[in-house]
Amino acid sequence: MTDEVQTALPSVPKFPRGVRLKHDEARQEWVLLAPERLIKCDPIAAAVLQLCDGQRTMLEIVDILAEQYKADKLLISRDVFVLLKGLADKKMVQM
Amino acid sequence: MNSPLPSTRSIGLPIGLLAELTHRCPLACPYCSNPVALEGRDTELSTDDWKRVFSEAAKLGILQVHLSGGEPAARRDLVDLVAHCASVGLYTNLITSGIGVTEELIHQLFDAGLDHIQLSIQDADADSADKIAGYKGAFKKKQLVAGWIKANGFPLTVNAVMHRVNITRSAAMVELAMLLGASRVEIAHTQYYGWALPNRSALMPSRAATEKAVADVDALRKRHAGAIVIDLVIPDYHATYPKACMGGWAKQFINVTPSGKVLPCHASETIPDLEFWNVKVHNLSDIWHRSPAFNAYRGTAWMAEPCRSCDRRDVDFGGCRCQAFALTGDASATDPACFKSPHHVLMKDIAAAESSDGADTYIYRR
Repeated sequence: MTDEVQTALPSVPKFPRGVRLKHDEARQEWVLLAPERLIKCDPIAAAVLQLCDGQRTMLEIVDILAEQYKADKLLISRDVFVLLKGLADKKMVQM
Repeated sequence: MNSPLPSTRSIGLPIGLLAELTHRCPLACPYCSNPVALEGRDTELSTDDWKRVFSEAAKLGILQVHLSGGEPAARRDLVDLVAHCASVGLYTNLITSGIGVTEELIHQLFDAGLDHIQLSIQDADADSADKIAGYKGAFKKKQLVAGWIKANGFPLTVNAVMHRVNITRSAAMVELAMLLGASRVEIAHTQYYGWALPNRSALMPSRAATEKAVADVDALRKRHAGAIVIDLVIPDYHATYPKACMGGWAKQFINVTPSGKVLPCHASETIPDLEFWNVKVHNLSDIWHRSPAFNAYRGTAWMAEPCRSCDRRDVDFGGCRCQAFALTGDASATDPACFKSPHHVLMKDIAAAESSDGADTYIYRR
């Protein structure tokens, strides 16, 4: 695990005001809504972002997903980090 | 139209709705996107009408609602409308001039669930900003409002419309937006519809000034990556390719005027003979799928050459129908912003002539 991922694990990812995760009933998919932006979530992103409730740490989110998908925690933590870091750079997630 | 209507199944669902709550506005900006014939207060939809429209929009698949005008704060029911949008799950964006907005209103909008605020600023220079807006003290008031927006915890976008008088201060506008705590700034080069068309010769910047402004803003985008998002509305009189206007006609967006007319874009009433339906008569879903105006230029079947066989026809959708009509008299022509248009040279000639020898007074929007 890289230091960068390791350092991020205790942080609590949350959506800032103006960014909302929503299940789009009309199209049956999850979308992340932001100022003049709309990102359609693939199933993995949807699974991760639904767990970002402003309470759970990234580590807790990784644990839940590793259990849910019976997958390796190292791989999951890297995937979760890449997703959240990318959104944080676009100001769509606070970490 | 000669072509058959597209089947309901081939029509996608809209994602955004621009609600022009009123055409009333304290400012008089000469590039206002509202039509030259403004709709009066007595024709405006009621609170209940708007709530029904927003409920129908959410059901249809609209995700984001942009509450605009005119100045939307001129509507006394603004907080009530925002609360209704939030209750049906719509993301709400307030597009305001800041004039007529109080700190108490910002606070109430936050509690009602408003998601985001876009504040217009006319120039980075105070005197010039007030002159453009036709309103003394506007610049100062907007600084105050930006402070209230941030103090209440809202994300802020600053919108700056650029033209001949302020184009040399494009970079200063980005820096002002950062100073005000904006997380996003729109550097929007004037689009020549609505009031901007009769004011075109007083607004048109030179090609050299436009290119410098675009380069300056590009450099700032790199320098401030991660700190502020910079979006650019392209100056298409100086472009090679047209913009993908509205992301394609009747493909993603719906515009509702203060009186309830439903348009594929805010300027589409400038095209003669289009039949618009009204929310007081038809359900929004019916209007999206079946109204003549929405089906007139939907898809690519309406296209003539050079669009019809162009490999960019699904990229820019032939550009803007309103601009095609304004400059060629034919709304189904290729947008003259495209270098393939036979009218492209005309557009360049207009830009060159009006930027060097244009009017020096505005026809203010009243």
